[in-house]
Amino acid sequence: MLQIKNIGKNFGGVKAVDDLSFNVEKGEIVGLIGPNGSGKSTTINLICGVFPVDLGSISVDNQNISRLPTHERVASGISRTFQNIRLFKDLSVWQNVWVALQQDSIQSAGWMQEWFGNSKFQKEKIKEILVFSGLGSRFNDLAGNLSFGEQRRLELARAIASKPKLILLDEPAAGMNSDEVADLRQRILDLKKLGLTVLLVEHVMELVMNVVDRIVVLNFGKKIAEGSPENIQNNEDVQKAYLGGA
Amino acid sequence: MEYYFGILQNIGFHTLLGLSAYLLLLTGQLSMAQVGFFAIGAYASGILTVIYGINIFLALGVGALIASFFAFLVGFPALRIKGLMLVIATIAFSEIVRLYFFNLRWLVEKNGVEVGPDGAQGFREIRYFAANGWEPYHIVSFIWIVVILVLFALWWLDRVKAGSVLRAVGEDELAAQSSGINLTVVKVSAMTGGGFIAGIAGGLYAHSTTYVDHNSFTILLATFAVAYPILGGLKNVFGTLFAVIFIQGILIEGLRFLGDYRNLLFGLLIILVMNFYPKGLINIPLFNWSKLVKRRDI
Repeated sequence: MLQIKNIGKNFGGVKAVDDLSFNVEKGEIVGLIGPNGSGKSTTINLICGVFPVDLGSISVDNQNISRLPTHERVASGISRTFQNIRLFKDLSVWQNVWVALQQDSIQSAGWMQEWFGNSKFQKEKIKEILVFSGLGSRFNDLAGNLSFGEQRRLELARAIASKPKLILLDEPAAGMNSDEVADLRQRILDLKKLGLTVLLVEHVMELVMNVVDRIVVLNFGKKIAEGSPENIQNNEDVQKAYLGGA
Repeated sequence: MEYYFGILQNIGFHTLLGLSAYLLLLTGQLSMAQVGFFAIGAYASGILTVIYGINIFLALGVGALIASFFAFLVGFPALRIKGLMLVIATIAFSEIVRLYFFNLRWLVEKNGVEVGPDGAQGFREIRYFAANGWEPYHIVSFIWIVVILVLFALWWLDRVKAGSVLRAVGEDELAAQSSGINLTVVKVSAMTGGGFIAGIAGGLYAHSTTYVDHNSFTILLATFAVAYPILGGLKNVFGTLFAVIFIQGILIEGLRFLGDYRNLLFGLLIILVMNFYPKGLINIPLFNWSKLVKRRDI
């Protein structure tokens, strides 16, 4: 469903992403790994449209989205979480989800109703998403008052609220202990059960190797390997890139 | 009595001006252009009643629409700049507006007298209220009805999705975009709405003082406009109202008996309050407004 073809991005002469191509199929969980500075986060930002690609194209379901602004890419089915959590901390938990909530077209009664109307039918949907994300008891708390793990879950809830087909998770396990990683793994598998496609950028191998169907490895902005977790673990180029060997 | 009416009117204009800046601050835009919109509203509605003899309500509405149209235009370049750059750019806008009115001569003879804006001499004889038999208490009531309507509208905005979206944009633009929010629509709408409120305030100001000139619209007023919501706190609209009452009512009027010492104390008290209540006057436990301003629960 996601096709990335020969994309490139330079930052002042540094090739952050260099001629990168890979696909993500519907319903798949794909891991994107690589050493620090290998271009993983840049790739995520290019897919979301935080900055435009210099070269190449990004398509979702054969529709080229390379030139769309970020919010239109969300409408075409891409949502994300951030490496460093970016919640609306002064809004309550349910408002964080409310802001991102996309209407089912059947229920939607136009933009006046959505922006200025009463939100009875939206409330049920918001509660459902929050319960699914394990935040059932914290609807009315300020997002900034949640624990670290809860904040990560709320980011995921907010990402789900925009009705994505593809979710990009940017290092969701950063800073988590192993219990929390296990919980996160289950949540990612739950996303797959819902029929969502996941692209996971992650350093925590304990998570990556146990959840993904396929891995793409980057180094210096280029793809150096792609395959199943077992293949990647035994790949010499990957070992060199991570261990810094010649 | 006239004196107290004067203070009440003054608090009314300043509250409206503060609320127009409040709406923009919710989206993270620190705008010094509010005084420019205020001036446009003042001159436009004044010209409409004085030169064209139009009814005050219509004139205020059209004046506010003209001000909001200019705010809409300012909204687009403002999208590309943030923080201090936006402050500088909006100061420039307000100065352009002020200098335009400084040079605007549009005199028309009515009943043997020349009326209308007269450049540096200012715009005199905006006498709609007196000519139509409005008593001072009519004028004060009218201003405060408008203030209460605007306060209510902004309070209500916070109860619907639009309000949360404004705050989301103000907190984190990237996260807001990544949640599917169109930044252009949200920020330009806020600027347009803020321009409308400042425009009404300007119209009311021109008609109640009956005289405006370019000196009424300096950067000092723009500074006050953004200071009210910041000092009052952005948690809700009442913070801005408290801040205006605190500055215009208590510090400026209430401390008059101190003579020249007032000016010294004025700045000191603002600094003290900001240090003790960095999130705004609204958090002073003296008035427990928590029931009224409680966040909406689901």
